[in-house]
Amino acid sequence: MLSIRNLSVFYGDAQALDNVSLDVPAGSITAIVGANGAGKTTLIRTIAGMLSAASGEISYKERIITGLPGHQVCDLGIGQVAEGRQVFPTLTVEENLAMGAMLPRARASRKRNLERVYTMFPRLSERRRQNAGTMSGGEQQMLAIGRCLMGEPELIMFDEPSLGLSPALVSDMLATIGSLSQSGLTCILVEQNVAQSLKLSAYAYVLENGRIVLSGSGAAVLGDDRVRQAYLGL
Amino acid sequence: MSLTLSASVIVQGVLTGLVYGLMALGLSVIFGIVRVVNFAHGEFAVLAMYIAYLLFFWLKLDPFLAALPIAALFFGVGYLLQRALINSFVARAEHDQFILMVGLAIVLVNGCLMIFGPEARHAELSYSLDSWLAGPLIIDAVRVYAAIGSLVVALMLLAFFRLTDTGTAIRACADNRLAAAIVGLDTRRLYALTFGLGLACVGAAGAMQTAIIDPNPSLAPGMTLLAFTVVIVGGLGSLIGALFAGILIGVAEALSSLVMAPSMKSLASFAVLVLVLVLRPQGLFGKGG
Amino acid sequence: MHPTLHRLLGQLDRRQRLAFLGLVGALILGPAFLDRYLMSIMILVFWYAAVGQAWNIMMGFCGQLSLGHCLYSGIGGYVAALLWVNYGIPPWLAAVPAMGIACACGIVIGWLAFRYDIGGVYFALLTIAFAEMARIAFDNWAGGGGAAGLFIPLIPAADAGLWTLSGGPLQFYYLMLGLAITSFVAAAALRASRLGHEWLAIREEPEAARALGIDIYRAKLAAIIVSAAITSLAGVFYAFYQRNLFPSDAFDVSRSIIMIMGPIVGGLGTLMGPVIGALILTPLGQILIALTERLVGHAVPGASLLAYGALLMVIISTNANGVWPGLSRRLGLAPRALR
Repeated sequence: MLSIRNLSVFYGDAQALDNVSLDVPAGSITAIVGANGAGKTTLIRTIAGMLSAASGEISYKERIITGLPGHQVCDLGIGQVAEGRQVFPTLTVEENLAMGAMLPRARASRKRNLERVYTMFPRLSERRRQNAGTMSGGEQQMLAIGRCLMGEPELIMFDEPSLGLSPALVSDMLATIGSLSQSGLTCILVEQNVAQSLKLSAYAYVLENGRIVLSGSGAAVLGDDRVRQAYLGL
Repeated sequence: MSLTLSASVIVQGVLTGLVYGLMALGLSVIFGIVRVVNFAHGEFAVLAMYIAYLLFFWLKLDPFLAALPIAALFFGVGYLLQRALINSFVARAEHDQFILMVGLAIVLVNGCLMIFGPEARHAELSYSLDSWLAGPLIIDAVRVYAAIGSLVVALMLLAFFRLTDTGTAIRACADNRLAAAIVGLDTRRLYALTFGLGLACVGAAGAMQTAIIDPNPSLAPGMTLLAFTVVIVGGLGSLIGALFAGILIGVAEALSSLVMAPSMKSLASFAVLVLVLVLRPQGLFGKGG
Repeated sequence: MHPTLHRLLGQLDRRQRLAFLGLVGALILGPAFLDRYLMSIMILVFWYAAVGQAWNIMMGFCGQLSLGHCLYSGIGGYVAALLWVNYGIPPWLAAVPAMGIACACGIVIGWLAFRYDIGGVYFALLTIAFAEMARIAFDNWAGGGGAAGLFIPLIPAADAGLWTLSGGPLQFYYLMLGLAITSFVAAAALRASRLGHEWLAIREEPEAARALGIDIYRAKLAAIIVSAAITSLAGVFYAFYQRNLFPSDAFDVSRSIIMIMGPIVGGLGTLMGPVIGALILTPLGQILIALTERLVGHAVPGASLLAYGALLMVIISTNANGVWPGLSRRLGLAPRALR
């Protein structure tokens, strides 16, 4: 579904991504694992069109999207749930959700999608008139996911969705992602909970200092000695 | 100084202040959302005044009616200006933006000077000197019209931000720029719209002011400063705050020109500014510290 | 000052030292080759280089945007002129209270703003507000000449001299050159000092500076005091050069804006930036005036300024960090200390 070939990205003089190639097959979860500063968020933002690539190519559904501006990338059906949730704090929950449906692809079915999101997260429905900034971290994460779904994405990129959540909420969150994937959505999952996210994922890539150093099925990567040592402390 | 005289002056101050408020609203919208300091704001106001004067001179178009086409024109100018020039400065340092806008201000005000000369131009309306007696108070008709016009435009803008999707999207950009990019809002287009709306406000305010003040290039820097003062007193990003601060400054100026001398009226607005910056730096209606 | 100067020159490599001394030497020999008109332009260049340097200390080093620097030059000029006109106190002596009062104004502004961490555009507006209040006050104060202005009478040629700042263009040429060099050296020395490092830390990372134990309030206050002192001294010289003062001119926002455009166009935070900026912008304005008169046949009010504004927009659009950083690289003077 998404395919990246030889992607390099720079921040000023510093190279953040170095010749990265990866494939995200449709309908499953692909995990990207790596330490802080390995380039995971850079990768997601480059795919989303928020950063520009120095070289390399990103193609989505057989179409090259490198260099497209962010709002056009979103309109192709590539959604994002960013690190730190990134809600609009002074907008109400419902206004936040409406902002997810501003894309041309999603405008017509906005009402139906809103119902769907409220069914999925009844808590958001209860708080629809509340300002997003006054909600708890878990509720804001629901809002971020709901807002992303309002854009009718076919691929969702999750960047550290469980960051700052309690262990119980982390399991809920990963379960939600699992069920979204089961409903046919393609997911990219960047997570700190390496073990849990690899178990959930069909494929996985390990990113170190901007390079892919290991890839394979989720189970294979989870079984790799280097991964067990570096990320699981085993 | 009699009580009725000061009451009249206060009413005049409120009316003038609403026009200030509209002008400041334009600045506040640009400043709060695009995060670019429009140091050419007063220059745009003067440009609008001259255009209103020309429309009156050639077509006998009343400045209060001319406010509409001028606002539309300024909206287009602002939209294009943001797209073509200012957008590349959004991520630049504050002082670079400052130089760019000062350059623009110098171009605008000297363009007016070259075309119209340094003398003030006067648009003689049939009702220029009309005034009403409300009880013991004397109120200038033109100021009432300008205040009502400003209030209507300001309320339309507020409604746009509250009630439309595009307005909400612009607020969203101001709220969290990163999130706006993440959900796929076309921030460049929204910024251009915002700049257009900001200039439309100042265009409308300038056009209506032509009925009260004679356009003159040397008015421009003072108007920029005034708009800034109002925005900061009201609180950055607060549109209601800009309107109320406009009224407050209008009254303060009117009272001080009564008590001291007309030439000292801006002393009052600066005194209010200093007080607000010291006691409540985020502005009267600003959020948090 | 001598050991400091020695140390500063020691930081330069040979090429930079030659270029620097060559420039100073050329400027010292300048009057032998310049006519009266060009001299008057160079006097303004030196003046703007000096006040630009002073402003650069606050903004370029410490990151505090002042848009009201005409307050200090205006106060300096007015205090010295009033003391001379009313009491016969010569400007070199009067410069002391003039600088003192200007610094006191700076302290008041700094005290109001920096206690509450008022920065950026808010601080800028506060500085404009004080300059405007001074303008209105002097406009309405008859004792200071009011709006009609304050004039410094000419002195009989026999008594004219450096002590009373009443000489001809040659005297002011060297006086302003000395002022520009002094402010340059002062800025260089300050930047190399402990205080200078604190300023840079505050400009770059205020939170980290606080964590390092830097007294931010005190350091910012020091920046505003130094800047006000240099600017007000320049104001004294300028007042005696012009021999008249008008509130609408001395305290005008546009005066502040012209002061700060040099360092920004030249290269903010660099030592050569204010010098290069003044060398570009001051003649540019004069050339544009001459050019429009030549082209149109008579003076067109606004035409030269319009072109000036447009050029300013072009310069800032094409030079992200000002002219000097790129220029110095091209000249092979890529900086260590002269930057």
